[in-house]
Amino acid sequence: MASVVESRGFINSWLELLGRRVTLAISHIGAVLVFSGQTLRWTLSRPFYVKNLLKQMEQIGFNSIPVVLTTALSTGMVLAYQSYTGFKRFGAQTLIGTVVSLSMTRELGPVLTGLMVAGRAGASIAAELGTMRVTEQIDALSTLATNPMKYLVVPRFLASTFMMFFLTALGMIIGITGGYFVGVKVLGTNPVTYINNSINYTEVSDIWYGLIKSLVFGAVVGIISCYKGFNTEGGAEGVGKATTGAVVTSCMMILILDYFLSAMLW
Amino acid sequence: MAMIEVINVHKSFGDLPVLRGVNLSVEKGESMTVIGGSGSGKSVLIKHVIGLLHPDKGRIIIDGQVLNNLDEYGLNELRKKFGMLFQMAALFDSLSVWENVGFSLKQHTKLSDREIRKVATEKLALVGLKDVEDKMPAELSGGMKKRVGLARAICMDAEIILYDEPTTGLDPITADAINDLIVDLRKKLGVTSVAITHDMHSAYKISDRIAMLYKGEILEIGTPDQIRNTTSPIVHQFITGSAVGPITAE
Repeated sequence: MASVVESRGFINSWLELLGRRVTLAISHIGAVLVFSGQTLRWTLSRPFYVKNLLKQMEQIGFNSIPVVLTTALSTGMVLAYQSYTGFKRFGAQTLIGTVVSLSMTRELGPVLTGLMVAGRAGASIAAELGTMRVTEQIDALSTLATNPMKYLVVPRFLASTFMMFFLTALGMIIGITGGYFVGVKVLGTNPVTYINNSINYTEVSDIWYGLIKSLVFGAVVGIISCYKGFNTEGGAEGVGKATTGAVVTSCMMILILDYFLSAMLW
Repeated sequence: MAMIEVINVHKSFGDLPVLRGVNLSVEKGESMTVIGGSGSGKSVLIKHVIGLLHPDKGRIIIDGQVLNNLDEYGLNELRKKFGMLFQMAALFDSLSVWENVGFSLKQHTKLSDREIRKVATEKLALVGLKDVEDKMPAELSGGMKKRVGLARAICMDAEIILYDEPTTGLDPITADAINDLIVDLRKKLGVTSVAITHDMHSAYKISDRIAMLYKGEILEIGTPDQIRNTTSPIVHQFITGSAVGPITAE
């Protein structure tokens, strides 16, 4: 009898915990949606902080170039090696260029760039805004009659969205170039065949699909990182949690949205 | 007419009530200090006065305007009448001292950077600082940060200045210098001020009236002399800083 009561108590407390977690998750999703709506609203209204936007474009975009280039180059080169190994088994080595091009444009370019920018710039945004929140700098902005959403969030959101587009385009070019280098210079594939196969089997729509994904990923990284930073609580520990939360949530969202976007843009 | 009126303001965070019907009136040109222990709701109260928080119930009236009814634009217009000195100064890390001080001018006027820098230099001189314009906040001491924060608060010729724990974290001499500065600025600029503090030396020095906030309500209001001679055991314990009495340490 006692064990039945105990197990009922355990189930009740477990259900209660589950209910609390679900409620919290739903309230977070709601809060992020409200935050996104406010960001879009303030994006379209004056004044426009152009100087802040340019500064963020430099920090989020320009400063991410080395990490994006390294990732794309490495991926393109490795992809060429791995495809060669597989394709050689049924004599289709000439298709390496096609595989590298399609993979980099449709999938790896936007996803890896998104993950890299989420790790580098997303963490930086969340940490900076989180520190500003706990040191009351965001409140100070409000008291100086300046809307913190417009001054801080909108430039980061726009910079993240548009710079992700350009970084992804750059990542595609570098990845394909890396693949070409390995395929032609290292593995000895005919360069004309390599290029022809790359061009013939890659359509303009493949490039656009990748770039559309990048815009969505950029917006998601911008919104989530700003949201996490803006709602930081509890001093240095809170800033740490916000930063980790921004990176983890952004990466998860990129991977989840990648599936749905791939299904939609099939 | 009162410059600031706080009428029956209630505020809770989740299940925790912080303000339970606060009533406070501050006359134009008056210096009011709200005292109270940690967690008594002082910061919450001052944040309501400048519209950083909104009451669950009750009204805040600033210079005849009901703050609760204002939209974003109206609130920002009203905030131009305010200056606020934060507890840790809250200077913008990424901006130099003169850019911090002239921030409002940059945002709300068409003055050139050169003119803004000139005004910032004047305001910095008013708070006793010179040759610090190009320094970054990280290069300043705690007392200097407070002075820069004060210069920023008065840069747009504010009519109301709010001080959030102006002497907290400073050594006694620097703290007293900040007190002198607050008194001096009030004489020179004729502003209305509201300070929150638990530093009684500061409260006696800078205030025309002192209000004691206890458990989310104003327990007593009076001149510094009236507060010194209070009959309330709670206020008496607080102002004498005694561990023995009706208030228990948290």
